Amino acid sequence: MIEFHLDARSGVAPYLQLIHQVRQALRLGVLAEGDQMPTVKDVVGRLAINPNTVLKAYRELEYEGLVAARPGIGTFVTGTLGDGSPAALRPLRQELRRWLTKARRTGLDDESIEALFVDTFRSAKPDEPEEDIA
Amino acid sequence: MTAVLETRGLGKRYRRRWALSDCTLDVPSGRVVGLVGPNGAGKTTLLHMATGLLRPTTGTIHVLGAPPPATPAQLDQVGFVAQDTPTYAGLNVADHLRLGAHLNRNWDARLASDRIERLGLDRAQRAGKLSGGQRAQLALTLAIAKRPELLILDEPVASLDPLARREFLQSLMEAVADQELSVVLSSHLVADLERVCDYLIVLVASKVQVAGDVDRLLATHHLLTGARRHPVTLPEGQQVISASHTDKQTTLIMRTDGPIHDPAWTVSAVGLEDLVLAYMSRNAPGPRPALEVQR
Repeated sequence: MIEFHLDARSGVAPYLQLIHQVRQALRLGVLAEGDQMPTVKDVVGRLAINPNTVLKAYRELEYEGLVAARPGIGTFVTGTLGDGSPAALRPLRQELRRWLTKARRTGLDDESIEALFVDTFRSAKPDEPEEDIA
Repeated sequence: MTAVLETRGLGKRYRRRWALSDCTLDVPSGRVVGLVGPNGAGKTTLLHMATGLLRPTTGTIHVLGAPPPATPAQLDQVGFVAQDTPTYAGLNVADHLRLGAHLNRNWDARLASDRIERLGLDRAQRAGKLSGGQRAQLALTLAIAKRPELLILDEPVASLDPLARREFLQSLMEAVADQELSVVLSSHLVADLERVCDYLIVLVASKVQVAGDVDRLLATHHLLTGARRHPVTLPEGQQVISASHTDKQTTLIMRTDGPIHDPAWTVSAVGLEDLVLAYMSRNAPGPRPALEVQR
């Protein structure tokens, strides 16, 4: 089961943070189809937030087809996002780790690495012919 | 849907001083309402009128559809925890539950007992010997176990340490999730209420400054920065809540329902705390000391 957390200083609305965490968990394979979501009472009891915030997040996720409520039983994951299987992610993660090591060796600090990654990520459009994929 | 709290031109005068004046509110049911304002703004006066402990000097107030305290049935529907979550120091925890059972017609003994169990409170312990956090939880248990439709809490977390504060709000939110409960709670700190309330009332110097749905408030208030402009003129429908100027720059917190088209401004979102502070500083009585660290 997923455990939510909130960053009060992020400036992002709490219900959006919850949605983001579910989507992230789906992408990383932490949550899979059929998994049960925490009950509203569990979430508010842990985070001390308004139940309507959780309901709003769950409604939105339901609308996106990612979860479904079964009355009297709970809310369950019904959708997938990307190929979130750990098997598919493992080699990519390894490659990324190697790249990070290389970047650090070049003398880049964390902030520069993040900036470089985000900048490259944004400039590389998915439909552009990729160069040197090996 | 009936409003849980509806006031029209409500006012209360103590001798010559108005503690609350011209207060008009429509608070929908099923909400957790934060009543925020500095000490002495009139929060307690408003809450005491809502419970029927005080009579209005002017205007009207309706709680769950009737002026309080209308009938015993209405009293059954309203739970109240007064400031500093009072309990009877000489009575033990079990005595408090017995008291609750005798004084309330819809008392839910099972719920009260379960909560005491979960909180790990010793039934034989006198309330005077409990920690502040435990006393607050005991007071909350009594208010919840009477199964009210509306729960009113006056500064419930003000005297609690951060951990007890979190625990108190956690169990309050669990109760809201469990029962169909509307809540009005006051605090002089927005930060305490930011996560729990979805409706906000800002009360400063005996007047309601702004009230409404939190999401809506955040969507209609913006932070604008740009080159210094003084005086500031804005299109119709846009209202300046606070403005500050340096020799080069002007910073505004502004309220508008529509988009902001003027390209001279950089527009960003306003957090709830900044929004409340903007309304508070607008009405701050007299000049404030330049540096005041008080949280």
